[in-house]
Amino acid sequence: MYKYDDYDQQIVDERVLQFKDQTRRFLAGELPEDEFLPLRLQNGLYVQRFAPMLRIAIPYGMLSSQQMRKLASIARRFDKGYVHFTTRQNLQLNWPRLEEVPKILEELATVQMHAIQTSGNCIRNTTTDQFAGVAYDEIVDPRPWCEIIRQWSTFHPEFAYLPRKFKIAVCGSEQDRAATQVHDIGIHAFLNQNGDVRFKILAGGGLGRTPMVGSVIKPSLEPEHLLSYLDAVLRVYNRYGRRDNKYKARIKILVKALTTEVFSEKVEKEWSHLKDTQARLPQQEIDRVQSFFTEPDYEALTNIDFTDLALSAEPDFQLWLRRNVHPHKKPGYSAVTLTLKATADAPGDASAEQLEAISDLADRFSFGELRVSHEQNLIFSDVPQRQLHELWLRLKPLKLATPNHGLLTDMICCPGGDFCALANARSIPLAEMIQRRFDDIDFLHDIGELDLNISGCMNACAHHHVGHIGILGVDRKGEEYYQVQVGGASGHDASLGKILGPSFKMDEVPDVIDKILNTYVELRTPEERFVDTCRRVGVQPFKEKVYAKAA
Amino acid sequence: MPKLLKDQQISNDDFQILKRDRAEPILPEGNVLLHVSSINQAIKANGLHNGQVGIWFDSGDEPETVANTLNQFEIIAVNFPGFMDGRGYSLARLLRERFDYRGDIRAVGDILVDQLYYLKRCGFSSFRLREDQHPDYALAALTTFTSDYQTAADKTLPVYRLRHQF
Repeated sequence: MYKYDDYDQQIVDERVLQFKDQTRRFLAGELPEDEFLPLRLQNGLYVQRFAPMLRIAIPYGMLSSQQMRKLASIARRFDKGYVHFTTRQNLQLNWPRLEEVPKILEELATVQMHAIQTSGNCIRNTTTDQFAGVAYDEIVDPRPWCEIIRQWSTFHPEFAYLPRKFKIAVCGSEQDRAATQVHDIGIHAFLNQNGDVRFKILAGGGLGRTPMVGSVIKPSLEPEHLLSYLDAVLRVYNRYGRRDNKYKARIKILVKALTTEVFSEKVEKEWSHLKDTQARLPQQEIDRVQSFFTEPDYEALTNIDFTDLALSAEPDFQLWLRRNVHPHKKPGYSAVTLTLKATADAPGDASAEQLEAISDLADRFSFGELRVSHEQNLIFSDVPQRQLHELWLRLKPLKLATPNHGLLTDMICCPGGDFCALANARSIPLAEMIQRRFDDIDFLHDIGELDLNISGCMNACAHHHVGHIGILGVDRKGEEYYQVQVGGASGHDASLGKILGPSFKMDEVPDVIDKILNTYVELRTPEERFVDTCRRVGVQPFKEKVYAKAA
Repeated sequence: MPKLLKDQQISNDDFQILKRDRAEPILPEGNVLLHVSSINQAIKANGLHNGQVGIWFDSGDEPETVANTLNQFEIIAVNFPGFMDGRGYSLARLLRERFDYRGDIRAVGDILVDQLYYLKRCGFSSFRLREDQHPDYALAALTTFTSDYQTAADKTLPVYRLRHQF
């Protein structure tokens, strides 16, 4: 993975000093709250319902075991001993003290980490495929490009006060596991006919109040022009994006208002002035960054027959093999998902003890590296298949071997009204209610692949529009209600879900989901996943079942 | 009089910023900045007036239409109605890099210490500080970072070139 050089380290160290001074001035009353606000946000610091919340960047979801141990120690020393992984591959501390945040940043800087631009109206953490570099269907490793974008976007002087936040995602494989179509900019890396890397650029996707799928504004871009092209897109957005209404300020509204054609023409015109300046990326720098993402010392192994592996072990292990173990580009290796979705724990939460145990296991089984997925899970990317059973045995007592990856109970869930000041409704208790109701693992495996996403408000942190089943918390005269939609998806075939009808009280939701699942079981063909059936039959049969009057 | 940060020095900014759509044909005494919508009046007065004459852009104004005339002025100001309005950063880069403006670009309006570093990188060469801003902090803010990841109007080499000593 990427390692800082002296330039990177100095920039992060200087940021710590800058924020320390800003915090001091705020606490001394020299900096008013409304002027400190954007400064602290650009350092990931929110003031929430009960305490500040600090969002720490995990660039494109990659972590070393050493960094993970530091996070565990920070969680213990400055928080209540646990952390929360977010849907943007970042990490949140829910209980830090504002006075101590500069100290936390100082600690993070010692392991090449920071909280830069994890919030605010600026370019946020770039995200990618959690299987980047090891995916069986990968065409181009997206990580070097994510790192190049990370550096370019860090303290970009022109784009620190955009109309609204700005999110970029990169993918380089056939299956889009980075939800690039619902980002402000989505980048698809591919190889052209000569085998050279090119980028397809999408713009104007997004969730929130007005969900939209992005459209292609540049079918093929040379890598040396990546930064100048991004500069051009951002400049058009910075100048012409709406600033009069926060809910119409994202780039998707601008692209839609101008049309994709006009927007891309404007970008093209801007880019023609920028492309042959200093902004052109030197090949030496591309080579340098790529050199950090080479293969680890893989052994020469052959693939093991999983049926044999499963037969010799416990039934639980079979389920885990089927759900949580993923194909790998190297023979004899697999990637493994540790779902942070055990019933009764808030989705995405992990304790300091778990983080330390995970770090030890990463050192032992997966070259000391970890990934965070936007599904709020952790990944060991390079596990030798012959060690899978041993790893599973060690994960089980840590409550990290729940065999539910990609199933109903592996839900994506925002912190909701328990923590977040924006939320209309709580999401964690609902997640737990659903996990308790659907605790029969055989039933879950029979239902199969199903993304359930729960957002506590229309800001859509849990991406409910692209959940196969999406749940949105709404406020009805001061009471928590939940709107249910079906048929969304976030992959290459991204689609937005359709709302079933009037919203429900929290304790009605598990029954509603049960009815939705029964409808699927009745209507599915043998090959169909839940979302396929939704697409074929539409929303009507689900609606009829859910809102049917009791006979 | 507002404080001005320019060339590492703090002084007083004696420019009067004249309102847009101003009807009077006579300019007030001393240094003045006219809104870009009155650029013809500014061009005529430039050199004849008993003070310096410059123009100012508001954050949403488009410099494209007056690009050829810019270098007649020794000073151009860009107004930040609020510090969260980031359009002025792009505007200054256009003035400096696209239209090759070589005079003083002054940031005026809601100009605060914590944005100075970015403003400087985007091509601003002087800063009319909001009244309550601490001049010492302002000076220090200009050197917050030793090196930068991107190319901008200040023409410093971005880190991705420094690393390879181009």
